[in-house]
Amino acid sequence: MDATILGLLLLDALQNGVVYGLLALALVLVFAVTRVILVPIGELMMFAPLSLVWLQSGRFPGTLGLALALGLLWALRERGRGRALPLLGGAGLLLLFLLARGVAPLAYLAALLLVVYLGVATYRVFFQPMREATVLALLIMAVGLHVAYQGLGLVFFGPEQFRPDPLLQGEVTVGLSWQGVLVLAFALVSVLGLYLFFRRALFGKALLAAAENRLGARLCGIRPEEAGMVAFAIASLMAALSGLLLAPLINAAYFMGFMLGLKGFVAAILGGLLSYPVAFLGALLVAVFESFTSFYASAYKDALAFLLLVPALFYQSLRAKGVEE
Amino acid sequence: MRRYLWFALLLLPFALSPFPFYLTLLNFFALSGLVALSLYVLTGLGGMTSFAQAAFMGVAAYATALLAKGTGLSPWAGLLLGLLLTLAFALVLGLLTVRLKGHFLPLSTIAWQVALYILAGNLVGLTGGHTGLTDLPALVLFGLPLDTPFRYAFLSLFLLVLLVLALHNLRESRLGRALLALRGDALTAASFGVDPAALRLKAFLLAGGIAGLAGFLYAHFLRFVNPTPFSLEASIKYLVMAVAGGVGTIPGVLLGAALFTGLEDWLKDLLPLLLGRQGNYETVAYGLVLAGILLFAPQGLWPLLARRFIWGRGPKEAAPGEGEPPKAEPLPLRAPSGGRGEVVLEAKELRKAFGGLLAVNGVSFALRRGEILALIGPNGAGKSTTFHLVTGALRPEAGRVFLFGREVTGLPPYRVHRLGLGRTFQHPHVFPEMTVLENAALATYARTRAGFLRVLFGLHREEEARALATAWEALRRVGLGDLALERADRLTAGQQRLLELARLLASGAEVLLLDEPGAGLRAGEKRELARLLLALAREGYSVLLVDHDMDLVMGLADRVVVMNYGEKIAEGTPEEVQKDPRVRAAYLGEVEAA
Amino acid sequence: MSLLAVRDLTVRYGALEAVRGVSFALAEGEALALIGPNGAGKTSVLRGLLGLARAEGEVRLLGEALPQRTPEALLARGVVLVPEGRALFPGLSVEDNLLLGGFARFRRGEDLRADLKRVYALFPRLLERRRQPAGTLSGGEQQMLALGRALMARPRLLLLDEPSLGLAPLIVQEIFRILAALKGEGATLLLVEQNAKMALSLADRAVVLEAGEVALSGRAEELRANPRVVEAYLGAAREVEGG
Repeated sequence: MDATILGLLLLDALQNGVVYGLLALALVLVFAVTRVILVPIGELMMFAPLSLVWLQSGRFPGTLGLALALGLLWALRERGRGRALPLLGGAGLLLLFLLARGVAPLAYLAALLLVVYLGVATYRVFFQPMREATVLALLIMAVGLHVAYQGLGLVFFGPEQFRPDPLLQGEVTVGLSWQGVLVLAFALVSVLGLYLFFRRALFGKALLAAAENRLGARLCGIRPEEAGMVAFAIASLMAALSGLLLAPLINAAYFMGFMLGLKGFVAAILGGLLSYPVAFLGALLVAVFESFTSFYASAYKDALAFLLLVPALFYQSLRAKGVEE
Repeated sequence: MRRYLWFALLLLPFALSPFPFYLTLLNFFALSGLVALSLYVLTGLGGMTSFAQAAFMGVAAYATALLAKGTGLSPWAGLLLGLLLTLAFALVLGLLTVRLKGHFLPLSTIAWQVALYILAGNLVGLTGGHTGLTDLPALVLFGLPLDTPFRYAFLSLFLLVLLVLALHNLRESRLGRALLALRGDALTAASFGVDPAALRLKAFLLAGGIAGLAGFLYAHFLRFVNPTPFSLEASIKYLVMAVAGGVGTIPGVLLGAALFTGLEDWLKDLLPLLLGRQGNYETVAYGLVLAGILLFAPQGLWPLLARRFIWGRGPKEAAPGEGEPPKAEPLPLRAPSGGRGEVVLEAKELRKAFGGLLAVNGVSFALRRGEILALIGPNGAGKSTTFHLVTGALRPEAGRVFLFGREVTGLPPYRVHRLGLGRTFQHPHVFPEMTVLENAALATYARTRAGFLRVLFGLHREEEARALATAWEALRRVGLGDLALERADRLTAGQQRLLELARLLASGAEVLLLDEPGAGLRAGEKRELARLLLALAREGYSVLLVDHDMDLVMGLADRVVVMNYGEKIAEGTPEEVQKDPRVRAAYLGEVEAA
Repeated sequence: MSLLAVRDLTVRYGALEAVRGVSFALAEGEALALIGPNGAGKTSVLRGLLGLARAEGEVRLLGEALPQRTPEALLARGVVLVPEGRALFPGLSVEDNLLLGGFARFRRGEDLRADLKRVYALFPRLLERRRQPAGTLSGGEQQMLALGRALMARPRLLLLDEPSLGLAPLIVQEIFRILAALKGEGATLLLVEQNAKMALSLADRAVVLEAGEVALSGRAEELRANPRVVEAYLGAAREVEGG
């Protein structure tokens, strides 16, 4: 292990770590606002680049059908003016896809908005009706959706791996491509953006308020359902952008999202599903651990990352209060 | 007894013997049924979830495979090793998570399941990787090798039926009631002597062990082991089976297992045909079914079906006692002994702050045997907090609590209860899935002993009969005898209060702490309640109560303690307290009265 | 016409009937106190009005019945609740809590700065602590913050649930002084209070609830001298028959 290798491993860890970190932040946010542990976040992440590849080759991806179908179910659940959002959104999405066949850069936007729409529709159709349920029931639902979406990923995109063209070509140095720099830059911008959103914008604070005290939020005119939709929208946006940027570096396939999401989990659990900074740092820690274990025993790197859960849970259980629930 | 009808399942191999394909499916049904039953225990009774049941199967399957291939020992030794390993892993996972909030356990099981699958696939030297281990020996029973699906079906179905009977026993035992109570409201369960962490851990171990048994049987049925059947998808499949069928009932989970085993094969053939492509698409169906069930029929299919073909009673399979009080002696009741006037419960200088708010500040009082002491005060005075401090639901920062002269400060609720103190809550915490009788019988948890092994083997019946008899007695005492077999959620508010009181009587507690027993009762019901409490006091029970109905309190209490802003501001007989100017100031803010 | 007219309100929690057949009306600029012992159902009346609990009965605002009773709908009509326990956002700063009180108006494009200044003028202590997390304030300051937050929504009708709960007597007096000042500016108040003295000193009229029903109602001065009020709170010393 010399300095070069150490450097490469750390660089690798950094690039992976920020992605896990973004996923972890998204998971903590969604959990805080809706008590949903968003297991399908990995699928949402992969749907973006896979849909992009389809679109770029002139075809409509199956995810569009899924999004529109859920959008319809969403519209059916709303009353009166509430139907405008899903219906207009769905129509706009369809339009965007049609346009994108001719205008190449629009494809990115289309894929992005597809996943955001799908994420919000998922909340509205599957989770919002269960808002009084226990965290456990919501988790079971989330796992069910993960399984369904992953299976649909296989149906829509097949088992192959795809490599969309990177936005930026070439390497900065060994181990770090320009695309990788883009990923890091995006992560930085995201974290900054989230920070500003939650610390400066009243909308962001409203979202935090909905997470802190539901009654108080309602008394201020903040609807918990809207807060939920915004949280899911932000999480889907982060997942989709991460997926689009990351896909040229890894080979995107329908099943990859889950593993990435799971690392995000471990990081979020390190933060007790409560703390944003700890979750992000935890993600970097997971990535470092993974990088080093992949150097020594690459087949087991995924499994070993989960071992990190053990001390994290141990620590959390020491702080646990006991019977009171 | 109706439950022995389950043995009819053993006729199935005969019925299906001309169809080897269906015999294989029958075995798969039995094995899935075992795993589904493990989820009945964990999720249906215990309210927890595991996404790693397939991993537990895998541990046992690989253990028996490796033992069989590596040594010449009988395959049955593999069962022992498999169970030991499964229980060991379950213990580690359980200890780490059992005291955490409910969602940490399932998340850990996901990670654990995925990690195990990866290890199984990659430790090629040990496990054969994805190719797996082949040529495992067949099980031999009484000299007969179980090497055909027909013969194996008898083994797997027999074990399935045995487990069904064992789990019936579990449901109708103190442990079944305690698990259901724990699932509904851990604090109430603890107030009747249930140790939540320990019980949850045991349930998790049992569920893991059952899955391990299924894994062992799986390995020797296929005589081949590879990672695929022990993956996260498999775990999720078992969960879907149990939830779709109805995870809260034994027939429900088995219905789910049967349906899915049958459908799975069909789906595996049908879906690629529909889509024109090869691949495993049935996971989509699983996910959508799970989502649909959770949204539209959260109790699962079985309760829907059972309601159609009304089997006499309702969602419950078999009622304990079948409508008659069991002919058994109630549990021995320590008649309140000791002298009247002896101090049974004492609080000294209790103090508790929440952040900046001093909720209880230097509160002291003493409750004597045979006395009714009322704790009153304006809203926010700290009465409920004082209750929590005395019963162990909260730890005081300063001050001490003595029960029968013994210090109990800071002990958890289930331990305080076992020393003879019982409490009710501001909102009645009755458990709706259980009958009135079962709710009352829950209270005998601390007075009975049968552990998991005795219960599963059905050796607890005598104790159980006595527990139920005690519960009947208590219900009759409060006037709820006719409603014993009703579901608890059908009671009115007043009846629920009485049930809470019956629970306390059944628990054998001598010191009764009642939090707003009169809330929600009508005038007539309050009079009944008062009469009952006075009778109990005469018999030597000691009562500490909090209530806002001043007519009730003043007419009932021997002495009154008044609190305000966390402090005791007055103490004395009802008349003294009513005239005390400080009390008037506290309640009314010095309204001038004629 | 009354600003608020309630007829035959019945509020249920599952099997429990907490409030039965309660009726009262409130005119603009008036302060009405709902007093009575604990468990009488006072808070339940407010929860039923806002749709936070299952309620039957007629509720009219300026003569109009509401199609849907939810906190959001009532907020849109200018009815704001300061709940028991305050429901503040402990991790957010004092100023954020206040601004969120005006969130509904903010979304309609209104400017909150003037209202914020006004609230700080009423509660100088909040101005001092504007950047502190709300969870670190004392009980009295939290109550002021809750009140300030409600004022940010420019309410037409202010509902207060036990504002004196858990507060020291001096702070209670300060709060009620501010409430009196608001009333002087023309605010309409519906006050649920267990501290009968303070409530009756502020209110024009009062309703005494006992066991979920209206036991007495009338002008505040009359009730202050009524011995039945004392009896409602402290109970008459009577023996329970036999047993």
